[in-house]
Amino acid sequence: MPDRDLEDLYRAILLDHYRNPRRRGRLDGEGVVSADGANPLCGDEITVDLRLDSQGRVVEATFEGTGCSISQASASLMMEYVEGGSAERAQAGVATFQEMMTSGEAPADFGDIEALAGVARFPVRVKCASLGWKTLEQALQVAGRGETRAAGRVTTDERSSGDE
Amino acid sequence: MSTSTASHESADGVTIPGGRVAAGAGARRPFDVAAIRRDFPILRRQVEGKPLVYLDSAATSQRPVQVLAELTRFYRDHNANVHRGVHTLSVEATELYEGVREKVRALIGGASAREVIFTRGTTESINLVAHGWARARLAPGDEVVISEIEHHSNIVPWQMLRDERGIALRVIPMRSDGTLDLDVARELIGPRTRLLAITHVSNALGTVVPVRELADLAHEAGALVLVDGAQSVPHMPVDVTELGADFLAFSAHKMLGPTGVGVLWGRMEVLESMQPFMGGGDMILTVSLERSTWNEIPHRFEAGTPNFADVVAFGTAIDYLRALGLDAVRRHELDLVDHGLAVLGDVPGVTVHGPREAERRGGVFSFSLEGVHPHDVGQTLSSEGVAVRAGHHCAQPVMQSLGVAATTRASVYLYSTRPELDALAAGLRMTARFFGDAGP
Repeated sequence: MPDRDLEDLYRAILLDHYRNPRRRGRLDGEGVVSADGANPLCGDEITVDLRLDSQGRVVEATFEGTGCSISQASASLMMEYVEGGSAERAQAGVATFQEMMTSGEAPADFGDIEALAGVARFPVRVKCASLGWKTLEQALQVAGRGETRAAGRVTTDERSSGDE
Repeated sequence: MSTSTASHESADGVTIPGGRVAAGAGARRPFDVAAIRRDFPILRRQVEGKPLVYLDSAATSQRPVQVLAELTRFYRDHNANVHRGVHTLSVEATELYEGVREKVRALIGGASAREVIFTRGTTESINLVAHGWARARLAPGDEVVISEIEHHSNIVPWQMLRDERGIALRVIPMRSDGTLDLDVARELIGPRTRLLAITHVSNALGTVVPVRELADLAHEAGALVLVDGAQSVPHMPVDVTELGADFLAFSAHKMLGPTGVGVLWGRMEVLESMQPFMGGGDMILTVSLERSTWNEIPHRFEAGTPNFADVVAFGTAIDYLRALGLDAVRRHELDLVDHGLAVLGDVPGVTVHGPREAERRGGVFSFSLEGVHPHDVGQTLSSEGVAVRAGHHCAQPVMQSLGVAATTRASVYLYSTRPELDALAAGLRMTARFFGDAGP
């Protein structure tokens, strides 16, 4: 059976979000900003849509894409976290998440997202977990500039991905 | 080039430091995998508290103690820069380095050791053809033919050349079983074709490509043939004449040798028509501030201090392989392919991509496990000590053709065993259970 490290990586809450992703889909219309992300190492792709109201609140947040359980669960948890909050809170969430991926320590008040703290011990998978958050950050920057869509694609790995 | 006088070779090939005889011809018939595995200390490693099951040899092979010892021995006893000094060490180093060209020639059936150029790897070898041969020669209207199952290293250089020189790139398509559509190939290869650049064995699917048939078409059309042998030369007998190759590219690190060494073999008359790729020391005959003249082949194509220590150790890797016999290696791997297809086929939810018949495959199993992303498969297998590759394998067009973002790939070599493939299958069953059961 899987060992403890593996159980720690694949917490039940993550597998639940992987199988039943929240906030999946696309948004369009008034106040929507979008960004695309990709992980060149494994070909995973994600699109993040945010609908912001005039006060800068994220009233709706969705994602779409393909990827491993970690990247999909992370995106699903992230969308739950940002929806209903301010853009500033979402941006702070990105920073908190990146810190958690570095330290491996679950911060207070991060809800179920703390289940991803175990990923920090698997450096390759940090990229998977971070894909949605980096794309979210891009979408927030787009909104900050008063635009609607990011040009190009944010990637979790600026190197060319090759091994052989 | 004559082989080394400073060498520690015995008459029949392969002695090593300490006097142990490596993989001696005749000493291991039939193919004695247990004895071979004793030469690879890393295979005794524990990973995650379990015995390592190394199924990633298509990415890089492991190295036997003989190769490791040779590397150390070279640095300890013979180290000096090659082609430079009149002093004894430099002469010894040069003889050892140059002697490996003959070993490579003998391995692949070239006409002369001078046809062997050392590079950093297959990628650099292909780029050397693109820059040294194709770039000066091809003009708008000319075509380079590749296939859909190429590694990125045999796609990107030609795209770059296309964009620079205005040539056209034609692609032989892959069929759903991972084989190439030869009917389309017959239409694509024609009077405009100047080069066929084709893989011998696909790194992503294991497909063995009928290179000779394609090479004949190319030669009839007056084109040259570059074969990417990165996944074939380590695993089966490869003869450049039988293959119909004008160039053959491969890497040492996939065939028991050190990293950072590759080979470009080229037919002498083609090499003679080529321009140097990089300028610098070692590749020149004379240099004045106005102009330089090129050194002889192969040195013309090896600018700067070469990776001589690793090349010398690569020579020992070739000795090891030839002592075993590449035909025996191929037979062993075919047995593993048979077994792997059978045991993987028994795992519910597993689809193995690529040709169905073992004879049309190298020792590569690229597969999907239903409902589980390859990254998760690779991670879960790793917790069982099983090392596989998850991703696009530097062959994204293959992934696009299969309609997947990535696959999981297990690949075998001469030290791999049937029980290791059984461990892979068991790990996949566990993975399917884990991702099937652990939910809400």
